[in-house]
Amino acid sequence: MTILQIAALAAVAIGGGAVVAAPDPLRQVIVLGVYGLSLTVLFFVFQAPDVSLSEIVVSTVGLPVMVLLALRKVREHELEQEDHDEQEQEG
Amino acid sequence: MSRGVRLALFGIAGPGLAAVLVIAFTGLPDFGAYHGIYGQVLTGIGVSVRHATDLVTALNFDIRGFDTVGEEFILFSSVVGVVLILRELRGEEEEVHQEESDEHHFAGASASLRALALGLVPSAITVGIYVVVHGQLTPGGGFQGGVILAVGPLAVFLAGRYMSMKALAPTVLVEIGESLGAAGYALVGLGGLIFVGVFFKNFIPLGIPGHILSAGQMPLASIAVGLEVSGAFLVGWTQFFDQAMIIQGGEQ
Repeated sequence: MTILQIAALAAVAIGGGAVVAAPDPLRQVIVLGVYGLSLTVLFFVFQAPDVSLSEIVVSTVGLPVMVLLALRKVREHELEQEDHDEQEQEG
Repeated sequence: MSRGVRLALFGIAGPGLAAVLVIAFTGLPDFGAYHGIYGQVLTGIGVSVRHATDLVTALNFDIRGFDTVGEEFILFSSVVGVVLILRELRGEEEEVHQEESDEHHFAGASASLRALALGLVPSAITVGIYVVVHGQLTPGGGFQGGVILAVGPLAVFLAGRYMSMKALAPTVLVEIGESLGAAGYALVGLGGLIFVGVFFKNFIPLGIPGHILSAGQMPLASIAVGLEVSGAFLVGWTQFFDQAMIIQGGEQ
């Protein structure tokens, strides 16, 4: 095993922990993207460029976009709920 | 269960799991130390028998082409599931916020970000097409190229215009692309059944290894998968976008 491979493994281990430790979902998405990039490097140094190519697009673009949009929808729903509650309290 | 009990339980189970994992990992073969016969046979026949210089593509689209049918329809049906779940429900209405959907602003989205995003559109599409058609020669292929292709229209959204993204990739068009790709891949398999009697057996001349039109059915299968995957991702994203940007309200 080369130094590059050990470094990539370490980056993935730290990145995985960072994704779990990120408190705010919005920030978590960005950390997830960076973690995906470290996975891309891992696959590449372990001689799997095909997997690496899929990983880089899916993890840095495909997944974050879906999570971000879902978060936006959830937040919109929460705001509506708050408006609704306030109206009931006033009425 | 209280926090103390849970921590105590973890205190026993955590180190136990770690110990077992360490024992298991030390028994693993070294990286690259593979002695299976299947792998060695495959590396031997990739170029000589299948005329493909990228063995992974040869595996996906020819030697185990039938497996890819399953994978492709997993993607297809999961996208159908997303469409079904995120459809417009009773009590919800499509309401286009002009100022938001037509030209939404990210916090601090600058002119340079927009210029960069617009520059990304043609380059992503070019790289995507390149990766799709060179699947049998270099790493990459239908799936990878398909996702990169789908990023092209998405960059229009990054430039701040969702409605323009919909104009570049209309829902009907991406849905047709997805279905055509899925059907096309199955048809490549059927071609084998019709012309040489075995489902997914190569029926197209193999050509010269290293040429863009080589490796028989692989370029064709790669293009079909590329269409399917880029369509699938765009359909999925469009559903999420519609939910977040256009569909309002719902039963309380």
